[in-house]
Amino acid sequence: MNLRAHATPRSLFTFAVLALCALMPFIAPAIGQDYYVDVFIRIMIWAIAAVSLNLILGYGGMVSFGHAMFLGLGAYTVGILSYYEIYSAFIQWPLALLIGAVVSLGVGAICLRTKGVYFIMITLAFAQMIYFLGVSADEYGSDDGLIIDERSQLGGVLDLDDGLTFYYVVFAFLLLSLFIVKRLVNARFGMVIKGIRSNEDRMQAIGFPTYRYKLACFVIAGVLGTLAGILFANFEKFISPDMMYWTRSGEMIFMVVLGGMGSLFGPVSGAVVYLFLSEFLSNITEQWHIIFGPFLILVVIFARGGIDGLLGGKRRHHG
Amino acid sequence: MAEPLLSVKGLAKRFGGVNATSDLHLDVMPGEIHAVIGPNGAGKTTLIAQLSGMLKPDQGTIVFDGADITRLSAAARSKRGLARSFQVTSVFRDFTATDNVVLSIQAHSGHSFRFWQPVRKETELYDAARRVLDQVGLKDRAGELAGVLSHGEQRRLEIAMALATGPKLLLLDEPLAGMGPEDSARMARFLGTLKGRYTILLIEHDMDVVFALADRITVLDYGQAIASGTPEEIHADPEVRRAYLGEDSLDEEGGATGC
Repeated sequence: MNLRAHATPRSLFTFAVLALCALMPFIAPAIGQDYYVDVFIRIMIWAIAAVSLNLILGYGGMVSFGHAMFLGLGAYTVGILSYYEIYSAFIQWPLALLIGAVVSLGVGAICLRTKGVYFIMITLAFAQMIYFLGVSADEYGSDDGLIIDERSQLGGVLDLDDGLTFYYVVFAFLLLSLFIVKRLVNARFGMVIKGIRSNEDRMQAIGFPTYRYKLACFVIAGVLGTLAGILFANFEKFISPDMMYWTRSGEMIFMVVLGGMGSLFGPVSGAVVYLFLSEFLSNITEQWHIIFGPFLILVVIFARGGIDGLLGGKRRHHG
Repeated sequence: MAEPLLSVKGLAKRFGGVNATSDLHLDVMPGEIHAVIGPNGAGKTTLIAQLSGMLKPDQGTIVFDGADITRLSAAARSKRGLARSFQVTSVFRDFTATDNVVLSIQAHSGHSFRFWQPVRKETELYDAARRVLDQVGLKDRAGELAGVLSHGEQRRLEIAMALATGPKLLLLDEPLAGMGPEDSARMARFLGTLKGRYTILLIEHDMDVVFALADRITVLDYGQAIASGTPEEIHADPEVRRAYLGEDSLDEEGGATGC
């Protein structure tokens, strides 16, 4: 409401990034760089994935190193159904989200019995299991992946094969995930999740059965991650195990840390900067990770709140 | 005779070869302040951990408010009205003082699988939190992050969070720990205001405070209750002299409790 009255560097930045996303299909042709439209679709899809990871990692303090598995589940559901010529989004998408929910419930139920390093390792292990499932799926192209002939069909409501339509569908889903996370973290549920990150023993002592709240949070994040996978498969019209390799999970953690853990918009900033930087640096040298690695270390040391922290977002971790 | 609110029978907990708690019996009557004292390593903190559900005992039963709670989780015990404070301050440092208390109240006002309505609109939660903060003298600090409060203030917030759950029994684990004389005196006065209104199991090293506040005292040594009684009885008990107070300090204590 009082957006203008409270214009801070942070809110201006958020507004600028969202405006850029909203207008890119018109800006890109005007500056003669049409491929930016695709770059931004990719950014927005990764941003959705990062926003979902931020819910458990940033707000809940659960460092999942296996979030790419949900990307894979969403993408593979769309891909495999397409392989059998089932293109309807009304079948593909609910089924993918359901699979994402069921798997995250099962995986979360086991992983959340552990904490700290063990949680990191076991989420990684589950993600690798699903990755190798993809590798061993000969019918669906194993390592080489699978080409998807057509994007999901929305029964004449929207035509996703139309570039502009697809772009704005992705944009709408990004806004929707941001809105969902915003409501969640400000509701009672979010208080509990943030409380668990801050001090789980204390949460139990004041009467919260923390396990079930963490599990619910893990499932919500898993479903949102699956959504990103659905969009990913539709964008690339191609699936391969590569999209759920463990380095993908690592990249998502980068984006969240870079943008600012536990800030609503941080993961979006993180995705933008990460993907632009990797694009830019990989044009300079093939060994771009040599530059990117130290950069990330500097961010972690000197800007613990990430981009959000630099823009004056409130510091979340006190000494 | 009234039923005890908390009744511990034959409690035992071993860590390797150490008997942290061994065949411990303890009754806390409704309305009383029951202090548990004992030298360092006597098993006081292990006892609190078992009573609050953070540790599971090897043997024995804990009956609270007429129900066996021995196997219940910490959260379930809290729901039944058992609240604890921590010896080492344990607050939500990146939450404001108000939000710390709000969380406590929230835990006891229905479930928190509410995903959509902003908690800030639940004014009754915030009104209740303000009342509790006022009670412990933190009203003016309500908006500060708990992590920036002074040690004494954090100790009071610690108690406020326990009080906010509307407990039937308060387990206070060394509420005066690490406090300077001024803060200690203030906390002691505050604990005095709780007397008669709450049933309290108090663990505390400050003997002046214990003997001034407690209705009954249980003395632990090597995980066992070696004596239990009124402050006067404990003073007179020769075994307590040997195990804990020591001949010299007892003479001093005698002077202190005389007033």
